[in-house]
Amino acid sequence: MTLTDLALRFRGQPADVVDRVSLAVKSGEVLCVVGESGCGKSVTAMALMGLLPQQNTVISSGHLTVGHTDLDLTRESLPPSARGNRVAMIFQEPMTSLNPAFRIGNQICETIIRHTGTNSANARAHAKEMLQRVGIANPSQRLREYPHQLSGGMRQRVMIAMALANNPQVLIADEPTTALDVTIQAQILDLIRDLRDETGMSTIMITHDLGVVAEIADRVAVMYAGQVVEQGAVRDVFDNPQHPYTIGLMSAMPGLGLEGKRLAIIPGTVPTISNMPKGCRFRTRCAFATSTCQERPKLRKIAPHHDTACHFAPLEAHIEVSQ
Amino acid sequence: MMPDTILEAIDVTKHFGKDAGWPSRAPVVQAVDGVSLQVRRGETLAIVGESGCGKSTLARLLMRLLTPTSGEVLFDGRQISKSRGDELRALRRDMQFIFQDPFSSLNPRMTVARLVGEPLEIHAPDLSASDRRAKVAELLQQVGLRREHADRYPHEFSGGQRQRIGIARALASGPRLIIGDEPVSALDVSVQAQVINLLGDLSRDLGLTLVIIAHDLGVIRHMSDRVAVMYLGRIVEIGKTEDVFSDPKHPYTQALLAAIPSMNGPTADHAATVHGEMPSPSDPPPGCRFHTRCPHAQDLCKIQTPHLSAAQETSHQVACHFADALQRRIPPSNATQKSKTAEARFALYRAATEGGTIAHNTQQDQP
Ligand SMILES: Nc1ncnc2c1ncn2[C@@H]1O[C@H](COP(=O)(O)OP(=O)(O)OP(=O)(O)O)[C@@H](O)[C@H]1O
Ligand SMILES: Nc1ncnc2c1ncn2[C@@H]1O[C@H](COP(=O)(O)OP(=O)(O)OP(=O)(O)O)[C@@H](O)[C@H]1O
Ligand code: SF4
Ligand code: SF4
Ligand SMILES: [Mg+2]
Ligand SMILES: [Mg+2]
Repeated sequence: MTLTDLALRFRGQPADVVDRVSLAVKSGEVLCVVGESGCGKSVTAMALMGLLPQQNTVISSGHLTVGHTDLDLTRESLPPSARGNRVAMIFQEPMTSLNPAFRIGNQICETIIRHTGTNSANARAHAKEMLQRVGIANPSQRLREYPHQLSGGMRQRVMIAMALANNPQVLIADEPTTALDVTIQAQILDLIRDLRDETGMSTIMITHDLGVVAEIADRVAVMYAGQVVEQGAVRDVFDNPQHPYTIGLMSAMPGLGLEGKRLAIIPGTVPTISNMPKGCRFRTRCAFATSTCQERPKLRKIAPHHDTACHFAPLEAHIEVSQ
Repeated sequence: MMPDTILEAIDVTKHFGKDAGWPSRAPVVQAVDGVSLQVRRGETLAIVGESGCGKSTLARLLMRLLTPTSGEVLFDGRQISKSRGDELRALRRDMQFIFQDPFSSLNPRMTVARLVGEPLEIHAPDLSASDRRAKVAELLQQVGLRREHADRYPHEFSGGQRQRIGIARALASGPRLIIGDEPVSALDVSVQAQVINLLGDLSRDLGLTLVIIAHDLGVIRHMSDRVAVMYLGRIVEIGKTEDVFSDPKHPYTQALLAAIPSMNGPTADHAATVHGEMPSPSDPPPGCRFHTRCPHAQDLCKIQTPHLSAAQETSHQVACHFADALQRRIPPSNATQKSKTAEARFALYRAATEGGTIAHNTQQDQP
């Protein structure tokens, strides 16, 4: 799946919430999109799925390729027949995407029948198998239960089972483990890894946890305020981060063995869409910003598998700091 | 009690659903079960554990926002479960609470000045109006907000700023101990770091004792001097943070640490991770409550409850029958292996954000 140059704004807003974002994921690969709350991760995912409300969304540029299908996102979107079938999504809030009024089994079977046209006995058998695969004990009984009877970790696994029931080529997972305890998170990351190895599924995983990225991603795209500021192979980016925002995020992460030391911070907060600075959107919080930064820095190659969008990368070649 | 203990729980239990007026059908929830711990003056103690293990309930018991089903809580050596009137007011002054959700814990119709000034009205009623205003301004400055923020309402602030307001409000009565229930969990990393630094500065500068509840092990490792690990209503391990993190002795602690995603890529310490979920506190397993998930469980574990090893109060204690026999498991370091250039770049970043003077070379790479 390849997304090129997505620019999107909500009607009535002065700036794009997603500003010329390009993402690509190969088959069998896990791409993580990481960034803080409100940077546009979910909106990007919803745009990929064609699930944004059309009447208040303006897409001024964007091209999507899925397998052999080419879509000009400014006038078309992923056909509903491909959703949940070739491209499946796990939503950020499992409760909003499970219907509280229907039993788990009916909901999973419905998606299977809708996409494969199989009969309900087959669908039920397949649903049971899927629950087993995501590590749910007692699947026959669980199929008869309602969403509220399940714990958060269990609901999230049901969502994953549902998303994977039709063997999608691409899985888009929006913060699938954020609300879960670390021991459950570890189990789910294992599961996603296993499925990728078995089926060659491509995964775009959205998260704000750099640890999760390091654990599961092949490649990572770091987003800030609607823009991709750095991307590349995950080891290149984490061992040698180039963008001041990525460096700041990593410095601000507690628990990296710097006990006792004050955490380095990123000053200030993310600008709102109505105060979005022109040029580099990070410049209101960047210690290295100059007037040059009023011009938008392009994503450029810094190493074979590593791009960044900062005028002054690599910092040590352009900047000196004295006490 | 050790002489430097400020707050102590002795065999504290909270079972919900027991004190109902008539026999209730709802099962009794054993949220906290036989917890004993000491908090030392000036330290930061962290309480960690999975969702539903009883952290918030324990915090509320320590604050006397809940009455224990059995057991005692002592503040400064005095039993607080029976405090009334003036004694209770003094307790409320000495012990303050910071909530997880700055959004819902602040009254949206009150200005920041009133939110922060309100505890002063209660605990320092003799302050004149102008002294109170000055005190509010001082508190705001202490938490990194500006004087002109005083006339604004909570919705005009970001999450991190709202948490600062919550902290200023907690500081207003001049407490000696602050309990924070997930005080930074709702914040983004960059803002979270600001608030963590603030809490660290305050505890150092004001000699405050902090009890911090968190589920993020990174946050705990960074902030706390000692850590207590809870599982299903009980403390399973307690000790100095560096000891617990470098040499976890309880299988559950080992599992938690093994499950933290590592910045160095897939760790896959599958032997130490556990499967399934925590059982319900309304029907906890007998014996060691962890035995249903423990890779080392033996028959004894299903019958006999292990207690925290009765060593010196200062030492590393663990509640597991077989802790001594278990293989030592050194958790991998979570620090990234950065190249020399990257190290230098991080140092450059830190220097720049901590007020260093920045000089740009004239020519920069233009694509
Ligand atoms: N339907 C909508 N109409 C108007 N604004 C919206 C709409 N949906 C999202 N937004 C705004 O777009 C921005 C990006 O939101 P998005 O949900 O993509 O963030 P995110 O990166 O997923 O954050 P989080 O980590 O909190 O999930 C936010 O400022 C949000 O308030
Ligand atoms: N007032 C109450 N009545 C009945 N049960 C309760 C009450 N408060 C908490 N519980 C139950 O007690 C157990 C412990 O809850 P508690 O809130 O202390 O957990 P926690 O460790 O803080 O979890 P989290 O990390 O999700 O905040 C849970 O099973 C919870 O459902
Ligand atoms: S382009 Fe300028 S403002 Fe943006 S990150 Fe680089 S130095 Fe900072
Ligand atoms: S007492 Fe037994 S079940 Fe409990 S942690 Fe130790 S070995 Fe595991
Ligand atoms: Mg989102
Ligand atoms: Mg809680």
